[in-house]
Parts: sequence; structure tokens; C-alpha cells
Amino acid sequence: MKTKSIVAAAALLTAGAGSAVQAETLKFAFQGTLNNLDPYTLNETFTLSSLGNVYEGLTRRGSDLAIEPALAERWEIVEPNRWRFYLRKDVKFHNGNDFTAEDVAFSVERVQSEGSDLTTRVPADAKVEIVDDHTVDFVLSGPNPILHYEWDTFYIMDKEWTVENDAVKVTSASDSTANFAALNANGTGPFKVASHEAGVKTVYEKNDGWWDTPTHNLDTVEFTPISSDATRVAALLSGELDMVYPIPVQDIKRINDNAGTVALTGPELHTIFLGMDQMRDELLYSDVKGKNPFKDAKVRKAFYQAIDIEGIKKKVMRDLSTPSAIMISPFLFSKAGAFERYPYDPEAAKALLAEAGYADGFTVGMDCPNDRYVNDEAICQAVAAMLARIGVKVDLNAQPKAKYFAKVLASGNFDTSFYLLGWTPGSLDSWNVLSNLMNCRDEAGTGSPFNLGGFCDEKIDSLTKEILVEVDPEKRDGLIENAYQISHDNAYYIPLHQQGLAWGVADNVELVQRADNQFKFRFVTKN
Amino acid sequence: MIGFATRRLLQAVIVMLVVALLAFTMFRFVGDPINQMVGIETSIEEREALRERLGLNDPIAVQFYRFITKAARFDFGTSYQFRQPVSELFAKRIPATLELSLTSALFALIVGIPMGIYAGLNRESPISKLFLSVSLVGISLPTFFIGILLIFLFSVTLQWLPSFGRGETVQIGSWWTTGFLTVSGLKALILPSITLGLYQMTLIMRLIRAEMLEVIRTDYIKFARARGLPDRLVHFRHALKNTLVPVITITGLQLGAIIAFATITETVFQWPGMGLMFLQAVQNVDIPIMSAYLLLTAFLFVAINFIVDMLYFFIDPRLRVGRP
Repeated sequence: MKTKSIVAAAALLTAGAGSAVQAETLKFAFQGTLNNLDPYTLNETFTLSSLGNVYEGLTRRGSDLAIEPALAERWEIVEPNRWRFYLRKDVKFHNGNDFTAEDVAFSVERVQSEGSDLTTRVPADAKVEIVDDHTVDFVLSGPNPILHYEWDTFYIMDKEWTVENDAVKVTSASDSTANFAALNANGTGPFKVASHEAGVKTVYEKNDGWWDTPTHNLDTVEFTPISSDATRVAALLSGELDMVYPIPVQDIKRINDNAGTVALTGPELHTIFLGMDQMRDELLYSDVKGKNPFKDAKVRKAFYQAIDIEGIKKKVMRDLSTPSAIMISPFLFSKAGAFERYPYDPEAAKALLAEAGYADGFTVGMDCPNDRYVNDEAICQAVAAMLARIGVKVDLNAQPKAKYFAKVLASGNFDTSFYLLGWTPGSLDSWNVLSNLMNCRDEAGTGSPFNLGGFCDEKIDSLTKEILVEVDPEKRDGLIENAYQISHDNAYYIPLHQQGLAWGVADNVELVQRADNQFKFRFVTKN
Repeated sequence: MIGFATRRLLQAVIVMLVVALLAFTMFRFVGDPINQMVGIETSIEEREALRERLGLNDPIAVQFYRFITKAARFDFGTSYQFRQPVSELFAKRIPATLELSLTSALFALIVGIPMGIYAGLNRESPISKLFLSVSLVGISLPTFFIGILLIFLFSVTLQWLPSFGRGETVQIGSWWTTGFLTVSGLKALILPSITLGLYQMTLIMRLIRAEMLEVIRTDYIKFARARGLPDRLVHFRHALKNTLVPVITITGLQLGAIIAFATITETVFQWPGMGLMFLQAVQNVDIPIMSAYLLLTAFLFVAINFIVDMLYFFIDPRLRVGRP
């Protein structure tokens, strides 16, 4: 093994000397690790982002997040419930196998199987029919205009390879052994995995047989996880790395001031918001006994108007946030412009509280993560200070995400009265927001599992059902607008802002910062 | 002798059991591992099913029994994050930690001993005073701060040394990777070893200095001097030799401490060893890795203590007298 690699290295050296072609290597670091190469094991942005350089879906999203053809050249809705996808011909997997309709049918079956964490990618009622080697039909039980919205991260696997290597069963969270697909990859994408040691280093190399024309000029990409913020920034400043993300907002200036590096900032899709328990008859953490003040819309609006969102933007987020009036990024909803935040007005807020019968305010406990979102704990502290001005005393309980989520999610019986949470719809579509955050739920969480405050509005529920099957885009957006309007009018949630992205990049590297925080090597050029 | 050893061994087993129990119960309160294992959109039913399959719904006593019986067979379960056996993961990370620990221990000895001797022999010289004040800094600054300081000086400003990672490594056999054989590997060792070894270096230096001062005052040194032996011989042959006994003990114990507490240094330098894996596990509530690491650390200390005790038995004849 050893001698073999030396021979290979020597051959490479002579080849390099002969042709004098410069091999471009991109070295980058992220705060978290890539634990698993199986594309259906973990529905998490960084994992899917990394694997998206190796695997591809039937569709993909461009630098502006618009849906583009990828492994499917084009598609059409032949009947309301039947979608036809025409697959790209002459596409080969990294091991040389042909990409065919069989692979699509197999991947659908595998992504829906038990143990897969991406079962939402294909509706459970969808059936796949192979028309010919390069045509596939998806038959649904009802119309669904957003069938392909999440396919940017639904990666197609090679049936033959997966079967051959005994990896048909997805490596699930509870498995005690990682199967072949968890440690090796065989996609159709622009890069191959050359070596992978989870938590230490992953090396990618260019796929010369890629079907698309590369716009990148990279030969190799090296990924190292670096969890310490200071070390990650230092490695960029010292020139050892070409790109690191995320960078702490307080280091942006330092990176810009340093010769050779620049901080790339931009909006992200993540919406940060406050939620309130509107389900229990008495709050768990409050001095108000016998009733729940959050059931009163006046109290919720008072909280809303007590928050100085511009202050949070300047002081806490250092301008790296976009205040928001709705629960989805304006990038993802055409009618977002119709919404405006209730103005910051502590006097009006006090009046609203008095009207609701809390002229002297009250005490409420607040739950907040301290390692999940950008400056999450600082935001909560600022909110607590602002609420103090209208007489509401907040007992802040900020803790690591592992403890926070265990407490506030269904597994902890929604044990919270007032909380901060962030949400990005995986499908980049409003239906996901409505069905996860805004529909009614029962005590076990059936319904909208992430509607932690448990508010229930029949009108939003029925709109959500309509939106799911409405095919006309204009009409559909109108229905979505109605749903958001109801939420806004009743202040069911207090949206705060979309947090910003901050990446550190070397001067000689050009790349695209996608708002979904995915880093695609195919958009990178290094000079 | 056998009685002494058995008693010590029994004590060691009890210590290990207590540590296992502590580790096991403590990590139940770190948070819920399930949320770290699945994506945000995973349904509540699937989360519950996962909890059931992992045995997290069983009573603590049942879980502990399962943990301890498996651990006795060196089976530490499967990492929640990596879905690989913890023992395999540790085996892969041990070389990095051992090489770092050994280098920093060597650094502490090679720099600390001469400094200590010098300061002991020339207690009034300005250089000795400088050594002492510098060593005070080494003891009082927190490890991560020293690490970051070194990174900003030697990596960012001077760009001499790498700020993270192990550099190029060479595979030896199927189970050992070493950074000792490549230039980048050796360069990568410098900053983390200094960071990790600084405290030990200070300790050794102060210890040697104090012992030296003590020994120099004893009668046999005075006699040696009176006999007209040259200074070099008195200092190194007679004085130093006698100061080394406690130094060896401390070094042995400190080596355990270095290996066990390399976590912070490994995190600052993204050194791919066991300590880094432990801290990542804490963030992700990877209970199998956390408990295994704590057990391993405890085992290391218990083993070193046992060996030291046994060594005393051989070195110090007084222990042997009057013992059954």
C-alpha cells in the first residue's frame, strides 16, 4: 500500500512537471463535521451541502436558488396527478456505471425507507413508474405543485453499486455499524470523494467525466472541520486556508482589514422569531395564576411593539440581519413586500398591556438556546431588557441547544412559556412553514410539531390544506398571503429577523454565497 | 507484597466503578441526544422510535448495567454521531494524542530540568529571577489563551508555523499514523506541544529548583565540597541525582494529566486526537464517546497510580518492613 502510493505520487510529480499545469487546491474549514457520506442519513444543511458536490438530484438550484434541470433534462405535468421526468442521457456515476430510470426508482424507494432521515423529500403516497430507460413518471394521489421543490438535496444513488456493496439499507441514526455507503460515495456530481475521515478531513477531487461543463477551476478540495472560532479565523488570516465559515460577526472587520482576506456577508434564509405558549390555561413559568396572558392578542402585540428590532440589528447583530415582518425570508415569497412590522412603540405597548389588565406587567420565563443561532443568547438578553421597559420581567433560561431542544420540543412536552426559535423551510416554500409552525397541534405534537406555543387557528389550517393542492402559482401565493396575514393580525408569532451569513474568503478565490448556506464547489474559481 | 498489590488492585476496581457510575449518570443530564442525530423535520414518531431502539427509555439502572457489562468487555457501544464502534474511533485517534502528549512531556523535561538546575544553583542571578517570573506566567495563564496567543504570533503574524491540524502524516502498520516523519508534521507539533507542556515545564523547573536548594544545604554535599571535588561533579553527580527521585514521580503522574487534559489544547489547534473528539461529543451529546473517554481517563490515572505505588515498594525499603 505504502509503496504503491509513493509510485503514484512520483508519477503525478512527473506528469505535473511535464505539462506544467497548475493544480488548484481549495482548502476550507467549517465549524461542524461531516460524519456520514450516506445522503439519506442526516437531514442537515452542512451534510447535504457537502454531499451535493458529489451527488446530484433530478433538479438542482442555481446561485440564486432558482430550480434548474440537473439529472432530469426537463419535466412536465402530463395529468394533474402525473409528473413526467425526462432523464439526461450519457450521465455516468463515478464508478463508470450508467445513470438510468432504474436508479431513480431505486433512490425513491431508498429515501422513503425506514431509517432514512429524508423521507419528506418524496410524498409518501407517490408511486414511481418507469416509462423507459430515460423517462420516469411520479404518480401522486392528488395535485402537488411543489413535488420537486426539495429535490435539490434528494440525491440519486447508483442502484447497482449500492446493491453490490450491501448498502441498500440506509445507515440510520440507531445503527451500530456504518455501511459501505456511509464511508464511500458514488455520485454523478462534479467532485468525487478521494478520502474521508469523519471529524478529521475529507478530500474531494474533480470528476473529469462530469456531464456539465465545469465553471470552476479546482482539481482538489480539502475540508477540515475547525470547531474553535478563533482558530478558524486565524487559519484564514495566516493564509493556510482559502475559505472558512461561519465567521463570528465581531471578526468581520478584522478579516476585512487583513491584507489578502475579505469577509463575505449576505442574507440567510433562517428566520429567527419569538413564540409564546397560547395553549395552556396557565403558563408554566409566570407569576400570573389561573390564566394565560398570551391567550390575549393584546399582550402578544404589546410584546411585539416593545421590541426595538433596529436596536437589535445594530447592537447585537452588528448590521448582519434583516428585520422581518413574516415567518419566511422575502426571497422565498413573492408577496412578502405586503407585510410591515408593527412599529416599535413602548408607550403603545404599555397601553395594550394595561388594556389587557396587566398595567403593572408580569413575570415570565423565557427559553433560549446559546449555541444554535447567530448571537441567540444576546438577542434574548436584549429582548428581556426591552420588555423590562414595559414592566414585563423576563427570567431568561439560556442553555446549549442539546438541552434547549430537549426541553421545548415535543420530547420535552413543550416545556416553555416564551421562547426563541429559528426556521428555514427545507423546501424553500411557505407550505413547509405553515404545516410545521402554524397549524394546530395536540399535546403529543400531532399536527404542527414545531408550533411549540400550540396556538390554533382553524382558518390557517384550512388554508394550508388548500395551498398544498393549489397548482396555479398566483392563486397559491394569494392563499399563502392570507395565512400570513392571519398570523400577523393576531401576532401568533413575533418574527424578528433573517440572520446574516458571514464567510471568510481569501482574495484570490471567487465563490457564490447561497442564501441557503450551502457551499457548492462548482461555483468556485481560484486564481 | 501480594497482599499490598491485591489491596491496591481492589481499590482501583472500586474507583473505576464509581467513575463509571458518575460518568454514566452525569451525561444523562447533558441534553437529549436525539435532536443531534436527526434533522429538524424528522417526525415525532420517528424520534420516539429511535429513542426506543437506542434503549434510552429503559430505567437508568438497566442502562447502567448494560453499559458496565459491555465496558468490561471493552465494548463501549456505538457513537451516535459516527455510527461506528467507539473503541475503533478511539484507536484511530490515540496516536495523535499520544504523540502530542509525549512531545510536550519531552519539551517540559528538556527545557524545565536545565532551567530548574540553573535557578537552583544560581538563585540570586537575574536570569534565575527572569525564569521564575516567566514561569509564573506559564502557571497563571489559561491554556486556551496561551494557545491563541501563540497562534496569533507564530501563525498569523510571523506565518512560521501552522495554526491547526497535524500536517502530513505517515501510516505505520494498520493502526498507527505518525506526524514525526514529515516536515509539516513536525512543524505542526511545535505550537500545541508548547501550549500543552508549558504548565508541566514550569512545575518541573520549580520542583527541581526547590529540591536543588534543599540538597545543596545537606551535609553530604558539604562533605563532598570539603573533599575538594569539582563543582560539576558535586552538582550533577551528587546533588542532581538526589533531586530526581520526586521529579520522576511527578513526571509520571503529570504524563497522565497531559494525556487526559489535552482536550483544550486539541480543540484550540484542531488536533485530531481523543480530546477533540471528546469535546465534539459533548456538543453533540454523544454519550457513548463521553462515557468511554471518562472511563479511559480514569483507567489511565488508576493504572499510573498503581504502578507508582508498586515502584515505591521496590525503591523504598521502609515500606517493606513490618508489612504482612
